[in-house]
Amino acid sequence: MTRGVRAAEWVVLYALSIVVALAISSVIVEATGGDWWPVLEALVDGSIKAPGRWGETLGVAAPLLLVALGTVISAKAGLINIGQEGQLLMGAAFAVYFSFRIGGPGPLNVVLLLLFGALGGAVWASAAGLLRYWRGVPEVLSTLLLVFVAIQAVGYGLKWQWLLLADEASRGNRNLVSEQLAKNNRIPRPDIFGNEFPVTVYVALALALAVAYVLARTVWGFRLRMLGHNPRAAQRSGVSSTVYGATALAIGGAFAGLAGAAMFAGGGFSFGNYRLVPGFSDNIGWTGLLVALMARERALPAVVAAFVFAMLRTGAGFVNSTGVESRITDVVQGLLVLALLVPPAVVFLRDRRRARAAATERV
Amino acid sequence: MVLIDFFSAVGDVLSSESTYINGALFAALLAFAATGEWVAERSGTLNISVEGMLLSGAFAGALGYHLADSVAVGLMLGAVGGLIIAVVQAEMSHRLTADQFVVGLTLNILVVGLTGFLDREIDPRADYASEVEIPILVDIPLFGQALFGEPWPFYLLYGLVPLSWWLVYRTRWGLELRAAGENPQSADVSGIDVNRRRRQSIYYAGLTSGLGGAYFLFARLATFDDSVIGGQGFIAIAAVIFGGWTLWGTMGGCVLFAGALSFQLSLQGLGYELNTELLQALPYLVTIGAMAIFARRVRPPAALAQPFIRGLK
Repeated sequence: MTRGVRAAEWVVLYALSIVVALAISSVIVEATGGDWWPVLEALVDGSIKAPGRWGETLGVAAPLLLVALGTVISAKAGLINIGQEGQLLMGAAFAVYFSFRIGGPGPLNVVLLLLFGALGGAVWASAAGLLRYWRGVPEVLSTLLLVFVAIQAVGYGLKWQWLLLADEASRGNRNLVSEQLAKNNRIPRPDIFGNEFPVTVYVALALALAVAYVLARTVWGFRLRMLGHNPRAAQRSGVSSTVYGATALAIGGAFAGLAGAAMFAGGGFSFGNYRLVPGFSDNIGWTGLLVALMARERALPAVVAAFVFAMLRTGAGFVNSTGVESRITDVVQGLLVLALLVPPAVVFLRDRRRARAAATERV
Repeated sequence: MVLIDFFSAVGDVLSSESTYINGALFAALLAFAATGEWVAERSGTLNISVEGMLLSGAFAGALGYHLADSVAVGLMLGAVGGLIIAVVQAEMSHRLTADQFVVGLTLNILVVGLTGFLDREIDPRADYASEVEIPILVDIPLFGQALFGEPWPFYLLYGLVPLSWWLVYRTRWGLELRAAGENPQSADVSGIDVNRRRRQSIYYAGLTSGLGGAYFLFARLATFDDSVIGGQGFIAIAAVIFGGWTLWGTMGGCVLFAGALSFQLSLQGLGYELNTELLQALPYLVTIGAMAIFARRVRPPAALAQPFIRGLK
C-alpha cells in the first residue's frame, strides 16, 4: 500500500469517528430538548474564534503538555505512572510554600518557584519509585493511590497558616486559600494579537522538542527505551533498571510538578487566580495523562493532542450561554476521546492480522 | 479533662449501634464494587472505571424508580447502567486494544458529565428501600441491627460475595479467568480466549458495581446527585489491593475503610473534629503501607494491567 493511500485512510477513519462522536452528542442534546448546533458553535467560539480565546487555550495547553511530556518519559522506561494529578498538586503546593514561606520578591523568584514545583512533583513520584524498587510495589498501583493522599495532604496544608494557608488579612473571609502571588513574581503574559498567554507556553514547546531529541538521539534516551522494550536485555547490557527506572519516574513527576507550579504562577483560565485553592488541580493531571496516552507516548504528537484537549476545556466555558447545561461538554469530550482511540486501534489490529497472514503463508 | 471527654466520646461512638449501621451501609457499597473489581483484577485488568460504573448504576437506579416506582426495577436498571459502562470499557480496551487507563479515566469523566446532565434534564426522584429485619439475628447487641436490619438490597451481598468466590475458584470459567490474569501467553496457547475472559470479568464488575450504586441510592440517598459516589470507587480499588487480591481480604478492606469513615462521622456528630484529611487519606495510606510490608509475600496477578495481544511478547 502506498503512503498516500495510507494517509488518506487515516484521515477518513479519524473524520468518521469524530463525526460519530459528535452525532451521539447531538442526539443526547436534541433528545433532552436542547439545540445542538449552537453548542458546537459555542465550543469553537470559546476555544479559538472569540477574541482572546486562543491565548486562553494555549495557556491551558501548556500544563497539559508538560504533564504529558513527563508521562512520555516514564512510559518509555516501561513504567505506568498514572498519578500525575497528585504530582501536579504537590508541585503547586511546593511552589506556594516556597513563594510565601521561603522566597523573597524579585524576578529570580519565578524561576526558583518553578524549580520548587518540579521538586515537589519529583518527590511525590519518587515515593512511588522507592516503593517499587525497594519493596516491589507495582508503580501503577502506588502512583494511583498517592493521588488521593496528595489531595488530602494539600487540603491539610491549606488549613494551617505555617504551611499554605494565607494570613487573615490577605484571605478576607475565604477559607482554605493561600496568599495571592505578588505581581512581580508572576510569569509574564505578553499580549500577542489581542491574546494573552504565559511564556510557559514557549517553555513547554521547547521542552517537547528537548524530550523528543533526548529520547531519540542520546545514549540516556536509548538506554531508557531499551529498558522499556526489554528489561532483561537492558539489565544484561548494564542498564540498571533501578537507577534508570527511578530516575524516569522522578523526572515524570518533576514535569507534572512543574505544570502545577506553572498553573499557579501563570494565571489564566480558572487556575485559582494566582492562589492555591481546594480543587486547584482541576483534572489537569488526569487530562495530561490522557494527552500522553492519546499521543501514543510520543513527545511531538503530544503537542497537538494537548491543544485539542485544551480547546475542549476552554470551549466548555462558552456552552452555558446557549441554554444547554454545560456539563454536556464533559460528555462531548469523553466521546471524542473514545472516538480518537478507535482509528489507531483499528489500523493496528488490521496490520497485525495481515502480518500474521503473510507469516503463515511464508511457512 | 478534654482528653477524658474525648475518650468517653470515642467510647460512646464505639458502643452506639448507629456507628455500626452506618459502617455496614458504606461497607456494603464498597463490597458491591470491590467484589466485581476483584474478579476483574484477577483476570489481569485494572478496571479504574469502577467509579463511573457506580455512578452510572446510581443514576440508572434512580431512573428505574422514577419510571416504575419500584426499588427492584431500580436495582435491575442500576445493574444495566453499570453494565453499559463495562461494555464500553471492555470492548475498547480488550477488543480494540485501546489503553485501559485512557478508556477508564475517560469513562469516569464521561459518566460524571452525562449523569449530571441527564439529572438536570430529567430530575428522577427515588425513595428509600424498605428495611427488612431478620428475626432473632437482629437482636444481637451492637452488630445485629447493622448486619440483619438493613434495607433489603443489602442482603443481596450475602449471595453475591459467595457466588463470586465460587465462580472464580470453583468453576472452569474462573480457572480460565485466573489463568488470563497470571500468564496470558500460556493461557492463550492452551486455547483460552484471554481477552474474552477479561471482557467477561469486566462485565461482571459492571453488574456488581451498578448494583452497588443503585443500592447506595436506595439505602442512603433517595435522591441522585452527580457527587454521590465521590471517590468510593477508588476506595474499592484500594480495598482489592489491600486484600492482596483475595476475596476475604478485599472484604476486610471494605469493612475497615467503611468503619473508619463511619467512626469519623459519628465523632463529628458528637462535636469532635478529628483530622479529617488524615482519615480521608487513611484507606490509601493503609493500602500503600500494607503493600509495602507484604509486597514480597502477597503479589498481584502477574499480568495485572498488562494488555494481551496475541503474538506480541
